[in-house]
Amino acid sequence: MDDPVTAAASLVVDGLAFAYPDGHQALFGVDLRIERGERVALLGPNGAGKTTLALHLNGILSPGHGTVSVGGLPVEKANLREIRRRVGIVFQDPDDQLFMPSVGEDVAFGPANFGVSGAELQARVGAALATVGMSEHRDRSPLHLSGGQRRRVALATVLACEPEILVLDEPSSNLDPVARRELAEVLLGLGTTILMVTHDLPYALQLCPRSVVIDNGEVVADAPTRQLLADADLLRRHRLELPFGFALEN
Amino acid sequence: MGAGHSHPLYLPGRSPVHRLPAEVKIVAAFLGVICVVATPREAFGIFAGYLVLLAGIWAAARIPPGWMLSRSLIEAPFVVLAVLLPFTGGEPRLDWLGLSLSEPGLLGAWNILVKGTLGVLTSLTLAATTPLRDLLLGLQRLRAPALVITIATLMVRYIDVIAAEARRMRLARISRGHDPRFLWQVGATARGVGSLFVRSYERGERVHLAMLSRGWAGEMPRLSEDVTTARHWTLGLAPAGVALALAVTGWMIP
Repeated sequence: MDDPVTAAASLVVDGLAFAYPDGHQALFGVDLRIERGERVALLGPNGAGKTTLALHLNGILSPGHGTVSVGGLPVEKANLREIRRRVGIVFQDPDDQLFMPSVGEDVAFGPANFGVSGAELQARVGAALATVGMSEHRDRSPLHLSGGQRRRVALATVLACEPEILVLDEPSSNLDPVARRELAEVLLGLGTTILMVTHDLPYALQLCPRSVVIDNGEVVADAPTRQLLADADLLRRHRLELPFGFALEN
Repeated sequence: MGAGHSHPLYLPGRSPVHRLPAEVKIVAAFLGVICVVATPREAFGIFAGYLVLLAGIWAAARIPPGWMLSRSLIEAPFVVLAVLLPFTGGEPRLDWLGLSLSEPGLLGAWNILVKGTLGVLTSLTLAATTPLRDLLLGLQRLRAPALVITIATLMVRYIDVIAAEARRMRLARISRGHDPRFLWQVGATARGVGSLFVRSYERGERVHLAMLSRGWAGEMPRLSEDVTTARHWTLGLAPAGVALALAVTGWMIP
């Protein structure tokens, strides 16, 4: 881990293999390296192992074999607190992510757990809500927000922890076209390293210059997104396809 | 904090009573109720004193007495048994409008009614001046068990989410021709409740993952920086002090 090149990368996954307790092998030796500031889409059919991989990044699941490190810090029990601050996971359903009675309290939950308090905590909450354009909703209940607003608040809850890498699980699901564009604008303005798990291939193209395809627990392609989505054979082999009316030329 | 998530017993306001820290009000209400319960039932004037004290707090908090009294009807089912006591109590008995009433029974009924009503009015005063979220923060500051606080906090957030899920499931059932009018047709509804439980359980698992991912370590972090001062305590406990004086007076007078 002293290798300065390794330390510079936001995420290094090396030979990661994992089997669930029921014996189902979900990952077979995944290798993935994401440099600081990169935006990478993680594509693949249902059951390919995308969510399993995402849950390894902050130590919710522990690998059977292989290692994960975030900003040079290995994901292991002794480092879990710092790892969970560095890896901001935005879950698919904002109602799972937003569990506090008000927006402001929800955004404060993470940094408060990581030891931030007082004026700095308030400043973090204010800055995170301003980044996603939700400052005026600070005292409202998440229940009274639209789907797009909830998604942006969910993003703010992890931004307030100042993560090294953002992991977004299906960020565009259940969003209307305007909310989808607004979220894309926020994400493009962040400058944070992003790993975006998605089935939404046009969204991947819009947001992520690079894409990784995972299928049957292995990385099967890793290329610039445009080039990858133009490869019709590759997409077909891994149950991916562009929506009706879309076609890309290499 | 807490605005935007009100409950029907809360009357928003900026009065000095509203602005008192929740833990002070919880302790004051608790002590007040203890004093009421400890007052001998024959000290009729003292109970009037408690009511005047509460009315004073309502005036300070700008709560209309009618608003308060209509909500106090919640107590009715609990005191209905008290009405039976004058008829079923023992000797001596007295005649009133042709009815034979038991004297100890009358005193017993009065005791339940007046203490129950004052207790309910005190709780309603606390609820009317304190948002639900602040009540939980107050309990947290009073060092209530962390698990209880966590469960109550999540309940405040998810009760509406689960109710919305139940509504969607009901719509899905009736959209497919379900019409539970008879007792033998409630099976589908019962299964709906079962699947709602399973869904809520699964959501609980996902929420737990989301909490762990943001560093949760078994206890809700303290997010409020407000400091409760000695002045808050003095001001908030003053009515409890008056209640104590009333209770002591109740024991002193023959």
